[in-house]
Amino acid sequence: MSFISTSDRVREKVCFSVRLQQRNLEGYVGFANLPNQVYRKSVKRGFEFTLMVVGESGLGKSTLINSLFLTDLYSKDYPGPSQRIKKTVQVEQSKVLIKEGGVQLTLTIVDTPGFGDAVDNSNCWQPVINYIDSKCEDFLNAESRVNRRSMPDNRVHCCLYFIAPSGHGLKPLDIEFMKRLHDKVNVIPLIAKADTLTPEECQLFKKQIMKEIQEHKIKIYEFPDTEDDEDNKLIRKIKEKMPLAVVGSNVVIEVNGKKVRGRQYPWGVAEVENGEHCDFTVLRNMLIRTHMQDLKDVTNNVHYENYRSKKLAAVTCNGVDTTKTKGQLTKSPLAQMEEERREHVMKMKKMEAEMEQVFEMKVKEKKQKLKDSEAELERRHEQMKRNLEAQYKELEEKRRVFEDEKANWEAQQRILEQQKLDASKTMEKNKKKGKIF
Amino acid sequence: YSYIDTNSNGEGARAVPLAGHVGFDSMPDQLVNKSVNHGFCFNILCVGETGLGKSTLMDTLFNTKFEGEPTQHNQPGVTLKSNTYELQESNVRLKLTVVNTVGFGDQINKEDSYKSIVEFIDAQFEAYLQEELKIKRTLHSYHDTRIHACLYFIAPTGHSLKSLDLVTMKKLDSKVNIIPIIAKSDAISKSELAKFKIKITSELVSNGVQIYQFPTDDESVAEINSTMNSHLPFAVVGSTEEVKIGNKMVKARQYPWGTVQVENENHCDFVKLREMLIRVNMEDLREQTHTRHYELYRRCKLEEMGFKDTDPDSKPFSLQETYEAKRNEFMGELQKKEEEMRQMFVQRVKEKEAELKEAEKELHEKFDRLKKLHQDEKKKLEEKKKSLDDELNTFKQKKTAAELLQNQAQQAGGSTTLKRDKERKK
Repeated sequence: MSFISTSDRVREKVCFSVRLQQRNLEGYVGFANLPNQVYRKSVKRGFEFTLMVVGESGLGKSTLINSLFLTDLYSKDYPGPSQRIKKTVQVEQSKVLIKEGGVQLTLTIVDTPGFGDAVDNSNCWQPVINYIDSKCEDFLNAESRVNRRSMPDNRVHCCLYFIAPSGHGLKPLDIEFMKRLHDKVNVIPLIAKADTLTPEECQLFKKQIMKEIQEHKIKIYEFPDTEDDEDNKLIRKIKEKMPLAVVGSNVVIEVNGKKVRGRQYPWGVAEVENGEHCDFTVLRNMLIRTHMQDLKDVTNNVHYENYRSKKLAAVTCNGVDTTKTKGQLTKSPLAQMEEERREHVMKMKKMEAEMEQVFEMKVKEKKQKLKDSEAELERRHEQMKRNLEAQYKELEEKRRVFEDEKANWEAQQRILEQQKLDASKTMEKNKKKGKIF
Repeated sequence: YSYIDTNSNGEGARAVPLAGHVGFDSMPDQLVNKSVNHGFCFNILCVGETGLGKSTLMDTLFNTKFEGEPTQHNQPGVTLKSNTYELQESNVRLKLTVVNTVGFGDQINKEDSYKSIVEFIDAQFEAYLQEELKIKRTLHSYHDTRIHACLYFIAPTGHSLKSLDLVTMKKLDSKVNIIPIIAKSDAISKSELAKFKIKITSELVSNGVQIYQFPTDDESVAEINSTMNSHLPFAVVGSTEEVKIGNKMVKARQYPWGTVQVENENHCDFVKLREMLIRVNMEDLREQTHTRHYELYRRCKLEEMGFKDTDPDSKPFSLQETYEAKRNEFMGELQKKEEEMRQMFVQRVKEKEAELKEAEKELHEKFDRLKKLHQDEKKKLEEKKKSLDDELNTFKQKKTAAELLQNQAQQAGGSTTLKRDKERKK
């Protein structure tokens, strides 16, 4: 099994001078048209957005959605959750397709009926968290496939949290919920049914809420600063109005000859789109007309990445000493495996070298012993040989001496024999001469 | 764990009418604003033999002077040199990277020429893949170095493609968007050019080379794109020098017989190239690179490493489980390797021991033989000794016997002499 080359080898091949050099154009090139190309392609693709609404029942969540999107999301055919009996907290998802100015938007509204309605609301946020996480998980799985097809983005891009217009401050449930969700989704707190508060009461209420939000270190969705000063001024104005106090209505009423959405009271009409009556317009403009894309970007770049890195860290750092894992989060798990493999290769090399060393040493020892024993045997053999040779020499000497002696004696004998012979010959002669009687 | 899906009767999202202007038709603008703020990036790879005017064409296309002196023809192999520039036109900032193949086509043996190009392209995919797979990653600020367009420069021979061209393009067509162009086309006459284009196109088709087609799925650009597709490969001329034509300064190449105007569509296809490459399809080139070429690379790489999607009908693909399985497999492999190494050593030790034992045995045998030899020698020596001793004894006996005889003889002789003397005396 081969591994992805390590980042070092990759960087080697990426023979880059990522040293940016400025160049001025001397004439028309045409890439200023890129934004139009992007525009054209995005319209063709269409858009998607998932909006979640959370709050106790009766706070006007469905009405607000209908007001925001100028449609009857929940109608007779598709009754909303408020019409249904809930026993426990449910999460309910509805998808609608809306078109405007050639732009197509697939809008998913996620409602949470039953939230905060029970006597004991402990963990009523759990189904909400589960839903958000499961959408992230779906996206993660789709993203991690080997064969990736188009990945629909069903992640929750924005969560509107409805605060009951008590006028005092946040309820413990509000605080608890926002604390648990602010790391997972863009939370935009809203003061619901704001037409029950006078402007002064509303002011105080908003101040109190923001104070408590800061105290509890809750991170609500923040508008990004832009490079444009004009825009920044507007943004600061919006920030001062947070949390936005909204009023919603399904009913269109005629006011001064104009048809407006509003709530009719004996004492007058609270107009939804009147900036002096409530912050609905601010919400709509921010949520839909100016910051919808940013909400998606923050979801993708921050909340989803958080989810993903936590999920993957749990997987790949399984069983590994946690003190080591800190530095490993910046590597892809495959690169991490590659590193582990390298470490292992080094370890094996070391082990091999050690074993080799021991092996060589033992072999040397044995060889030496063999040599010594050979030398010893050789020596002994030499000695024996020399011994034998000495004996041979001795024998030779002895033989020589013997031969000499023998030769001498034989020579003597021959002389004696000769003498004898001579003597007997003389005697014979004498005998014949008669000298012998 | 579950949630209620009100669209679960299979119809998907249902269309609803709007009672007024909601305002989400600003979404494309919001997206565009974000992109413009973020800046764009585009990477072009120029492949072609030395001297085909690659650098000049880049300068002409982007109306600026990029890096580089003309390279020599003596490069030992093909290397890729890349430079990144920051350009701005109106409010659009573009990070343009131009990658040049240095030494392409100069070697005698060009069999491996395409390799460094493929390696470079793969390396960019690899870098992106690594980033994408990291646990803590920053994709939105990642400087994308993947090659979005490959301009393949064809030499203006007027005949056909060179085999190097076919081989190289075939190797690249699944990795990058190839836009073939006829370089220095002012060397070809109009009629020759038409024939040349037809020949090139048919050779590409018959060799199965997939070049980039300008997309015709979007109605707003379908017409112009399909027209342009029929003009491929574009015959271009590049020049950064300006000549006065009428009362304007235009980019041109001046010959004794006339002036070739770069931006004159009757003279060459430069304007078509610029239009297609930059003004109309730059975004599509980026998109194709990401959704097609990169995905192919990624898929192959992951499959090579043994990852696969589980059967979609059964349990859905779980990243966790795959990683864990991968990891276990990987650990198992490491263990196995370790075991193998150990075994190998044990084997070696056994072998060596046997060897040494064998040597020892031989040594002992040798000395046993020597010992035997020695003993034989000794025996022989003993025998010789014995025979000498025997001889000695025999000799001694002989001697003794002889002496005895002599003594006897002497005595007898003495008596004989005595007798004789006695006789005489009588």
